[in-house]
This record gives sequence, structure tokens and C-alpha cells, in this order.
Amino acid sequence: MSLAFATIQELRRRLRAKEVHPRELVEALLDRISSVDPKVKAYNYLHPERALESAQKADISLPLGGVPIAIKDLINVRGEPCTCASRILEGYIAPYDATVIERLRAAGAILLGRTNMDEFAMGSSTENSAWGVTRNPWDLSRVPGGSSGGSAAAVAAHEAIAALGSDTGGSIRQPASFCGCVGLKPTYGRVSRYGLTAFASSLDQIGPLTKTVADAALVLESIAGVDPRDNTCDPTPAPSFSAKLGEEIRGMTLGIPKEYFVSGIDPEVEDATRQAISHLEGLGATLREISLPHTAYSIASYYLVATAEASANLARFDGMRYGRRAKECDDLLETYGRTRDEGFGREVKRRILLGTYALSSGYYDAYYLRAQKVRMRIREDFLAAFRDCQAIVTPTSPTPAFRLGERAEDPLQMYLADIFTIAVNLAGLCAISLPCGFTRSGLPIGLQIIGPMRQEETILQVGYAYEQSTDWHTLRPSLS
Amino acid sequence: MTYEAIIGLEVHVQLKTQTKLFCGCRNEFGAEPNSHLCPICLGLPGALPVANEEAVILTILTGLMLGSTIPPRAKFDRKNYFYPDMPKNYQISQYDQPLCLGGGVILPALSFPKDAQKEAQALANKKVRLVRIHLEEDVGKSFHLERCSGIDFNRAGTPLMEIVTEADLTTPEEAFALLTTLREILRYGKVSDVDMEKGQLRCDVNISVRPVGTEAFGTKREIKNLNSISAVRRALKHEIQAQIELVSSGGRVVQQTMRWDDARGETIPMRTKEQAHDYRYFPDPDLLPIQTQGHLRGEAERRLPELPERKKSRLCQTYGLSEYQASVLAADLPLADYFEQAARSTRNPVALANLTLNDYLALRPETPGPASVPPEYLGELADLVSEGQINSRQGREVLAILLQTHRPPREIARERGLTQISDAQALDAFCREAISANPKSVADYKAGKAAAINALKGFVMKKTRGQANPQRIHELLESLLREP
Ligand SMILES: [Zn+2]
Repeated sequence: MSLAFATIQELRRRLRAKEVHPRELVEALLDRISSVDPKVKAYNYLHPERALESAQKADISLPLGGVPIAIKDLINVRGEPCTCASRILEGYIAPYDATVIERLRAAGAILLGRTNMDEFAMGSSTENSAWGVTRNPWDLSRVPGGSSGGSAAAVAAHEAIAALGSDTGGSIRQPASFCGCVGLKPTYGRVSRYGLTAFASSLDQIGPLTKTVADAALVLESIAGVDPRDNTCDPTPAPSFSAKLGEEIRGMTLGIPKEYFVSGIDPEVEDATRQAISHLEGLGATLREISLPHTAYSIASYYLVATAEASANLARFDGMRYGRRAKECDDLLETYGRTRDEGFGREVKRRILLGTYALSSGYYDAYYLRAQKVRMRIREDFLAAFRDCQAIVTPTSPTPAFRLGERAEDPLQMYLADIFTIAVNLAGLCAISLPCGFTRSGLPIGLQIIGPMRQEETILQVGYAYEQSTDWHTLRPSLS
Repeated sequence: MTYEAIIGLEVHVQLKTQTKLFCGCRNEFGAEPNSHLCPICLGLPGALPVANEEAVILTILTGLMLGSTIPPRAKFDRKNYFYPDMPKNYQISQYDQPLCLGGGVILPALSFPKDAQKEAQALANKKVRLVRIHLEEDVGKSFHLERCSGIDFNRAGTPLMEIVTEADLTTPEEAFALLTTLREILRYGKVSDVDMEKGQLRCDVNISVRPVGTEAFGTKREIKNLNSISAVRRALKHEIQAQIELVSSGGRVVQQTMRWDDARGETIPMRTKEQAHDYRYFPDPDLLPIQTQGHLRGEAERRLPELPERKKSRLCQTYGLSEYQASVLAADLPLADYFEQAARSTRNPVALANLTLNDYLALRPETPGPASVPPEYLGELADLVSEGQINSRQGREVLAILLQTHRPPREIARERGLTQISDAQALDAFCREAISANPKSVADYKAGKAAAINALKGFVMKKTRGQANPQRIHELLESLLREP
């Protein structure tokens, strides 16, 4: 069996027992990539020599010593392109390491390459990439989800042992659910955003995509914690996220929000989710119906807050200092206009315009400010709900992976793909998605477990208990 | 009809911090272009700002010095517009929750320009109210070459404090006085060096005119980016005149942004397009709101200096100085400190003040401020003069040598033989000689020409090679001449 199929946990044991050398591991992954990536197209950029070189020097006594990890193409790695899947960043080479990259290096991880994504993390299908679409390893005619679709596909297709993604409204959990892997969105502020190219600063969070819940805990342990370079980073030190793995969930109360099981949800998804919830009950958890009454407003609130922040965050891409600049412009205004017109894709332009409009004088109160007030209500809903339960269980996405191109022309339909994940970002909570079944046509279905702020251990504990008593996570896409 | 002007100022002050506002790059003027840069001040993808605590403290300190209220919570906002010298295409500034609100500046008579001192007496001690003081990052600096333009980003991200006044000013002289007073206070707080050459003070002014006696404000025009106090005065003088001419000839002032061409001495409209800017301010999600009341305010309070006005009255009271002497000293903080150190070693502070202001100030080198002459030497010198051991001309001579050699004044005077002859017997002989050698002057004096005594004094001074005590000679000559 190829080493590429192993989990971090297994590899740590085998690397430390000297059964395997990190170089063999990197070679196995590079082989796997060359055989399946032409079909999946998870990677934008690979640097095999660098990976082999760091494998040669890898210190296997470190927490992630010798473990190859793929990085979403919007996290800055010194000396490597960081394109955010956008033409506007063509030619840009990052001159510094993001904090998470420094930490992965310090933990001994090997950086394998950069994974595809929706341009500037805007999208739910990885179809909005300037470098072409990524395909779902379980069905190549379908999307891997987005925006961390490349990272999810790389892990699901065993082209990486683990990957980093970023989650602004569900961008780790939804593709994890579509690709049948584990995706963890940590509490806002848990992982430093320094070096993460911003989409919406108050919502963005870096997190791991892995094959198992235990692996997610291991990666999170390496990247989480206080960073003086990120003012919004939580000042409380990160705990040992693996500490509660294996603890029973007997006696725990799980909240089931009634607003999340309404019409529009795919029947197979609903079925699988309900079965998973019963399974958790079978493990000794108590179920309690809860209400999150402002759920209906979360998409509207999200698209105002996120686009407003994005309109400012993306203003720096103007071709003046780096990246691509339109040629032969007559004046400054034309340079700005044409550079941004040629550099940005349609979805990015749509959102910049939306955000610019929402912040314009005369509209600020009606849109941005009101959206922030709704956001507070959504947060309060969760606070109230968590008085009655320790975690909340929902489907991750209302549907399994849809077909490539199916929603590309209908942005509103596309935005609904994140309907179950968005509120978590608005409230700054942590949540995990893990496989809980498959449709009859063989598409993965994801279960979302939401925890209060800073309660990653709890959702990891629940996820691990579920995973240990099921075998969905052991299935592999055929990809022959 | 007579018109009056209504003027408001926005004063931008570069703060004296080691590092920039949101990163660790050096805050330094005049370095090689683009040498103090990092991903943060260049706004590279993924870079995040962290506010410089020192800059926040200096702004709060300024607020405390100017009597502002420090609200418990302040925040940073993004001000959005595209410009090549702005790395992120938004500037981090403060919109609706600045660090300081209100406050005011009192204009002392001596802060008015010299040529306007007469009217200043009437206007002195007027209070100009402040709207707010906030903190923002500066932008880079564009320069235009023959065929292309370049940008130096060293200044991008340096801390800039903006002090906004109410439209309480009515003349260019008041604007001058306000800026002079502010500069003095900012130097007292060690908030900024306010060095004009280095662009550490820049100013935007708003001006409108209205007929005297009316209530309504006229349409205002703004002049941007004035970079010296005297330029502000010149620009205002010109702009007020222009607006009055326009209005009194039946024209209307259009709301406009102007720039000042100092060489041509006129205000020139900038593109009016820029007028319609919508900055789309919103809270910067990368920076948490600032809680001002704990450590930040405490630190600012700890650094509160004695302010110029307090210092003046204290100098008058403690040392018996005249109001003028105290003002001149207080206007130059290092000089005032030097004076006070020197004052500890003199029995005659007023003489020391005279020596400091008349002689020391004229002779001391431009830089580095108060010379490295130990202050107690200056005190000693003041005693030598005031106690008649040497005369004031000799005092200047000793001072000149002192500034070069840094040796005790008593030694210098002794070595040069500069001791004043005050001995009555010795002087008596010289005076008698003068009288017998100058019968004409004696006759003139006796005929009522009091000034004729000077010729006799000159004779004695010459004979004693300047070492005689002039006061004593005068007294002696008078009494000898009274003799029948
Ligand atoms: Zn910097």
C-alpha cells in the first residue's frame, strides 16, 4: 500500500520507528501526484526539489517531523508564488513566511506545494480560479467545493497527508464535506492570520484539512496560539487539542437546531445526517432541539460584511508595486481600471462592487451597519443555545457535490452552498466537518459539529468518538 | 462693507517614535529611499498592522496637554481611496472614535509674529477650541522625474497626529500664533520635534469670509498641505484678500480645494474632481478598539510636562525675571532648562538671565543646542559680573573663551588679567588725572552738558585698559566735579 494513503498518526509512528524515511514519503506523494493530479488538478504549484531537500533534513522527533503538507495558494511562503488563484498576482513572489508557515516549519512539516482555490477565496466550488478548475476525486464531473477545494481534493485524493485551508464562510468545511475528508475551522483568533491574504478580515480563519479527526487536532496544535503580529489573535494560549480524544461523550448534550432541517435540503443528506445524530445518541449523548432564530439572515449579513471588508482588502491589488499591471495605459486612472479589470475574475469584481456599494455614503447605515447588528444577534443566538448544550450538530452542506458548471451562472444559488456554515464565521465559533455517509451515487456527505468559542477540544472529542465507531473515513475514491 | 475671515486648521504632526505606527520599521527622516520597509508598511498581501503603543501614548499626552477629553474607547478606521503613494489604497485613520475630543489652545501675545505685536496685545489670551486629535498613518512620497515617477515608501506608515481646530480663528496672525504655540507645547511634551525642514508639521486650512456683523458662514475653500508656519500666514493673507475681492465685486466663492504656490505667492485650484470623494470609512477589522483608560492614559499622565505658560509664571516668581525674559526662556525649552541648571550656582539670577539672553544666546553655537559648557560656569560668570569683579564687556570676553575652552570663568579672568579696578584710591588717581587733562570737557560739564562726563570716563577706561568699573568711575567723577 502506498505511503500516500497513511494518516499523520500512522506516519509519526512509522517515521519514528525508522520504518520509513521522510524522503520515501515525499517520493511516494510525488508519485501519487504525478499519477492522479492530471485528473484532479488540486495543485497550482509544486516544488519537488525543495520538498525532497527538506525531507532529507527533516527532524522526525518534531510533532509533524517529516509529514508532507499542502498549502492553499493564499498563504504566503517565502520565495514562492502566492497567487490566490488570480491573474492579478501573476509574477508575485512572497518575500516572507506567514506565521502558520513558520510554525509548520518549526514543527518539522514538509511543504509540498500550493493548492488551487476560488480566486481570493471567493466561491464555493473552486471553479472561480484563474488557473482552471479542480475536480472532485469521488466524481471527476463534480466540483470539490470551495474555496479550499484544492486542499480538500489533495487530501481526499491522497496527494497530501494534510493541507491548510482558510474558512471565511465555510471554505474549509464545505469542500471537506464534498470530498469526504475532515475540515476544521478553529475559533476566530485561534490561529494567526499573519501572512494569510485577506478576503474578509473579521471572518477569515486558517485551519487544517486532514483524513482523520486526530490528524486535525495534531495540525491545529502546531499552528495555533498567540501571535503578536496579529492584533485579533486570541491572547489565551492554545491548549492540547488532542487531550480529550478518546474520552466518552456519554452524558454530553448535543443541540440540534430546528432551523437547519428545513425544506431545500437534499433528502439523502438529511437522512445521513439524522442517522449520524442517532449514532451519537447511541454513544450516550443527549439530544436537545434548539433554536437559532436569526439563521435566516445569516447569508444576507455575511455577504454585506464580507464584501465590505473585501472591497478594502483587495484595493491594494492595483499593479503599482507588484503583480500584473495593464500595459500601455494613458493615465493613472486607466492604469487602475484596466489592471483591475484584466486581473480580477467576475466573482471577485462582483463582490468588490457589492462591498463598495454597501460602504458608500448614504448606504452605510442601511447595509453595513445593519449587517453588523444582525451579526450580533446571530452571535447571541449561539450564546443562548450553548447554555443548553455543549455542541451543535448539523449537516455541513445542504447538498452533496454538484456538477461542474451547474451553478456557475447563478451566484445566488452558489451562495446557498454555504448556508449551514456561514453563521459559525459570523459568530466566531469553531466547527468541524467529517464524513458521515455517502449518497447512492457515491458522493460523500459531511456532518458539522459546532462548538462555542475556544472549545475545539469538545468538537474534536465528539468527532473522534463518531469517527472511531464508523468507517466512512477509511473509504477511498477509486481514481484509477 | 467690511469683511471678516473665519479660519479653521487641520494640523498634521509627525510623532517622535522609534518605529512606524503599525510595524517595527524605523521612523526616520532622510534615509536612502525605500530602505525602511517591511511587508506591513508596504501593505503586502497577508501583512497585518499592530498599533504602536508609544504613538497612542504620545497622542493621548497631547490631548492631556491641550485639555482634551480622552474617551474610554477609541478605534481605527479605514479611509478608502486609490493613490500610488498609498500601499494598501486605504489609509488607517480614526473616524468617529478618535483618541482625543475637544480641548483648546490659548494664544499668548508673544506667539504672534513680531510685526504684529501691537495688535497682538489686544488679541492675546484668546482661546481657540479644538474639535479633536486623532492618529493616522502617513503615506509615501511621490517624486516626478523627467520620464517617469518614483515613490519613496519610507514615510509610509509613519505616525501622524492630526489636530483639528474649530473655525475660531479670524486672522492669518492668529493662525501663526496658534501654530507657534502648538509647536512649543508639542516640543515640551517631547511628542514631536516639529522640524519644518523635515516636514514634521503640515497644515490644511479652511477659510471663508462674511460681512462683519452677519451670522451665516460663507462658502469655504481649503488650502492643502502647507508646510511651514510662515507659509500658512502668507497663504491665508492672500486667500482672504482674494475671497473678499471676489465677494465684494458681486462674485461667489465656490467650494474648492486649493494649493499654495509659495514662489508665485498665490493659491491655485486643485482638480475639483477630488472634491467628490467618498472615503467609505469603516472600522478596521484587523485592529482591536483601543481601551485608553488603563496603562495608556496612566503612562501619558506620568509624562505630562510643565507647560510653557506655567513655566513662564514660575520663572518670574522663582527668579524675579521680567515677563519678557521668562517668555523668551520658556519659548526655548532646552535653553530654559539650561538656565535653571545654571541658576543653582549663582547669587544673582536676573544677571544670569541677562547674560543668558543677551550674550550666551548670541554666542552659542547653532547646534547642539545648549553648549556643552557646564551650566554652573555660566552661573559663576554671572556672579563675577554682577558683583563687579569684572565688567560686562569683560564678561562677554570671558564667555567667548569659556565657550571654546570649557574652563572655569574665574580662571579665565585671572589669566587674562581681567579684573575690574574698583579700588577707590586707584580710581581716584585716574579720575583726577582725567579732570586735569581735559579742561574743555570739565568746562562743558559744569556749563550743564551732562554728556560731557563720557569723555572723562573714556579717558579713565583707556588708561586702565578697560578694567575700571564704569559705575564706580561715574560716581567718582561726579563727586570730584562737584568739588569747587
Ligand atoms: Zn514596516
